[in-house]
Amino acid sequence: MNASTAAAPLQAKDFKSDYKPVWCPGCGDYSVLVAITKAFAALSLKPENVAVVSGIGCSSRIPAYTNCYGFHGVHGRSLPAATGLKIARPELTVIVASGDGDGYSIGGNHFLHACRRNVDLTYIVMDNHVYGMTKGQPSPTTEPDWTSKLAPAGTGVREFHPLVIALASGANFIARAFSGDPNGCAHTIAEAVRHPGFSFVEILSPCVTFRPDQRGWKDVVHPAPVPETDDPGRAARRLMTDDGFNIGILYRGARPPYHPKGQAEQRHVAELEAEFRL
Amino acid sequence: MFCTPFQQIASMHQPALRSVSVALAGSGGAGVMTAGNVLLEAAAIAGYYGLMTRTSGPQIRGGEAAAMLRVATFPTDGQDDGFQVLAAIDWQNVTRFAAEIPLGPSSLILGDPAAGAPPELFLKTGARYAPVPLKALAAQVAGGWPNMIALGVLAGVMGLSIESLDAAVRKSLKKNVDAGLGAAHLGFSQAAAIGGFQLEPPPPRGERWLVSGNEAAGYGALRGGVRFVAAYPITPATELLEYLSPALTKIGGTLVQAEDELASINMALGASYGGVPSLTATSGPGLSLMIESLGLGVAAEVPVVVVDVMRTGPSTGIATKSEQGDLNIALYGLHGDAPHIVVAPNSVGDCLSATQWAVELAESLQVPAIVLSDQYFGQARAIVDALHAETSTVERLRASAPEGDGAAPYKRYAITPSGVSPMAIPGRPGITYTADGLEHNERGLPSSQAADHLAQMDKRARKISQLDPGDAWASIEGQGDVALLTFGSCTAPAREALARAHAEGVDVRLVSLRLLAPAQPERLKRALEGVKRVIVLEQNHSGQFLRHLRSEYDLPREVKSLRRPGPLPFRPEEIYKEIIQP
Amino acid sequence: MTKYEDFMAQAYAMEIEANERYLQFAEQLETHNNPEVSKLFRKLADIEALHAKQILARMKWASLPAMPPPFAGDAEGPETAPFESVHYLMQPYHALEIALRCELRAQKFFEEFAAAAETADVRAAAKEMADEEAEHAELIRAWMKKVPKPAAGWDEDPDPPRMTE
Repeated sequence: MNASTAAAPLQAKDFKSDYKPVWCPGCGDYSVLVAITKAFAALSLKPENVAVVSGIGCSSRIPAYTNCYGFHGVHGRSLPAATGLKIARPELTVIVASGDGDGYSIGGNHFLHACRRNVDLTYIVMDNHVYGMTKGQPSPTTEPDWTSKLAPAGTGVREFHPLVIALASGANFIARAFSGDPNGCAHTIAEAVRHPGFSFVEILSPCVTFRPDQRGWKDVVHPAPVPETDDPGRAARRLMTDDGFNIGILYRGARPPYHPKGQAEQRHVAELEAEFRL
Repeated sequence: MFCTPFQQIASMHQPALRSVSVALAGSGGAGVMTAGNVLLEAAAIAGYYGLMTRTSGPQIRGGEAAAMLRVATFPTDGQDDGFQVLAAIDWQNVTRFAAEIPLGPSSLILGDPAAGAPPELFLKTGARYAPVPLKALAAQVAGGWPNMIALGVLAGVMGLSIESLDAAVRKSLKKNVDAGLGAAHLGFSQAAAIGGFQLEPPPPRGERWLVSGNEAAGYGALRGGVRFVAAYPITPATELLEYLSPALTKIGGTLVQAEDELASINMALGASYGGVPSLTATSGPGLSLMIESLGLGVAAEVPVVVVDVMRTGPSTGIATKSEQGDLNIALYGLHGDAPHIVVAPNSVGDCLSATQWAVELAESLQVPAIVLSDQYFGQARAIVDALHAETSTVERLRASAPEGDGAAPYKRYAITPSGVSPMAIPGRPGITYTADGLEHNERGLPSSQAADHLAQMDKRARKISQLDPGDAWASIEGQGDVALLTFGSCTAPAREALARAHAEGVDVRLVSLRLLAPAQPERLKRALEGVKRVIVLEQNHSGQFLRHLRSEYDLPREVKSLRRPGPLPFRPEEIYKEIIQP
Repeated sequence: MTKYEDFMAQAYAMEIEANERYLQFAEQLETHNNPEVSKLFRKLADIEALHAKQILARMKWASLPAMPPPFAGDAEGPETAPFESVHYLMQPYHALEIALRCELRAQKFFEEFAAAAETADVRAAAKEMADEEAEHAELIRAWMKKVPKPAAGWDEDPDPPRMTE
């Protein structure tokens, strides 16, 4: 290896591991994986300085498919793990990968507080409106009339609106992307990583096995008709009337990211004995 | 009542006492805890050992509460059989504490006649009642408070010097120091007329600390290298967090208040994965929520320390009171076979060493460690000999980047003789990997192969079973063919019962286990050599410790279980009686 | 770079992107125990790689010249098959259908490019590319005749999907 090639910028494929995905052929998550690696290359990151953190589910398999540091934890807890990592190691780029079940159902509470806390993370949720790894049960974003073995008559429960929740909870960057457009996804992810604070990217990622109807998403997604805004009021109005298929960066806020309070000093731990001494 | 009636043993005390116990009770606003803390400070200044525990009603403000102090010429973490003095600023609901404040005929009850006569429940113990007009006396001092009068009276009847009282008031009070001094002096002057107790002279002075179990555990964690803490407030662990928050700031660490315990443990795991030794502290309900993620720590081999300051369970239980009921969940709560570490401090001071040790074990073995403290230790403030902690030198085994091109891929979970494999820390090039709770192969890639599962199970079990704790696994004291077998805060009354037995010429052994997991059957076998009868002492209803001992250890044929649920602590005398039973 | 070189660089990038996608499909089908189609996708990938190599040779480039970023919010190249195209039970015929669609899209793309080109050299090159893609489409049509046409119900699986976590 000579000096010039050693210094060559990394390409998307340099962020992929040699471990092969178990996703069904046709799955949108393949596209998200490509988009993530393209975004890393575009951001001139190095695999060793990136950590991809996830919970449980199809989408949460992503960390091992990258060549970065990965943390594949328990169901619903990717955001806390990523929060701890980023606060302890602020110089790392920390990406969190989740799905609609992992992120909005079992991990719902952490979603609110991660938005509120505004730690500099990028949260990518691959939303396919269904639980794939447990064979097709309704998730929080499933339509109320979608029938399944577990809910033969549909759930009758209205969908969760993650983007509205994110805005109300304080997320600093809110976008929706579509896996059918990997380059668009990559662009949005790169912007999310660049933006300080908690960035939330919801990616519509069809499940070809349990929701073959979602192959039709490519015909209904459309670019958001209005440009992005930094005004939470305007964003709220827009998101509340959202059809679920607006694609693009929808909100880019200016809240300063989380920083632990208090002046961090570097005193020796032994000095703490003084307060116990009589 | 469970415990030995105090009147039977009160007469054993000599005129000059080695220990005096007082309780100061009153409703919210009476300031009994403030007065109690100043009194403990005065005892420390006078050169005594001692500790203060507390009990309170369920109200957040305005509830009844009692500060319970013991001042002694010897180091102690335990309560005596009963109390020499019960002082009350008022008697609202104080009878709720009757079981926790045993009195006898030689006891003294102090109360303000303006607040009415003491409840019959206390008087019928035969204790002598001496009325003290606390409120009226306080009114004589500008800005004076009844609790400061009571403080002075108590210092006087315990036989503490006016100088130590004076110094303690000056040191402790942040405001109204003159009023506090005036009231304390006035109270002190009443003591002679009341008559009281005489403590033996204090022992020779050495360096002493005044520390709570929660503070000691927090400091031990920092000495062990913890620099990241995430936690959710819960009684009685909150003080540990309140200690750690500013302390971490001073030494370059961070504390995050999480949204729940599920988040706390995962934040700690995330930070530790990043290479920073991490801890969370909680109590039973929180530990229950953390269990799944502790399994992740085991499988992904991410070190983390959880301090469980036990309170009575199940469910919310009695949040403010102590019990050793979390032993089962700490040892066996994790699903799957999940070898991990459980340690239990056996004194207030040992909360420091045990927690520091837990950090060292977690880091060196890359495994979660649970510290089983309890409300009694956690919230007790004790005067102890200075704890000479050294900063831990134990470090996690870190992987370094492979040398040269074509090096074999990094194996995060390499099978090694010790079971411990070098861990890559994010930021290091060439050795990236994914930490995984899915069963995996040596490289960390998910695997459902039987051979990988067996190899990784063996590896994780091996690193725990090969742990050599040296002498730290237990505190072993005394000789004899009768042994007390216990752990945690039950050790304090057990030690005192042992001393009492030895004073009576009865040989008895004490084995207090500090390392609860992994079990040390060979070591216990040696420790119990020649023992014919063991008394297994624990503070829970079902005998969790006994069941654990029965499953992991060989015990002598004669086994007596001495147990009861919280919150009443064991008294030395009831243990002593069990020892001397034929 | 001249406009002509720009154009050729873009054409090269298109071939590489198509090559990578076929390789991804090959891997997916391999993981899902469909070696026949996996092999076919590898073959298709090789063909795209060959085209890319031909562009390098023609331009006398050692490797690709400096390129615009791999994306700028743009759609993928016309010759790149969408991820959703594949199925684990797909047959060679389906793979060739995918390839045919890609070649035809590429042909249309280059024809439109030629029509809009501002310089003669670009126009000529785009026209040439379009002809090549048309030729490829014909080859694939011929290939399709040699493989069996899937019967109805080719994607039926008597067993339900499995739970994996």
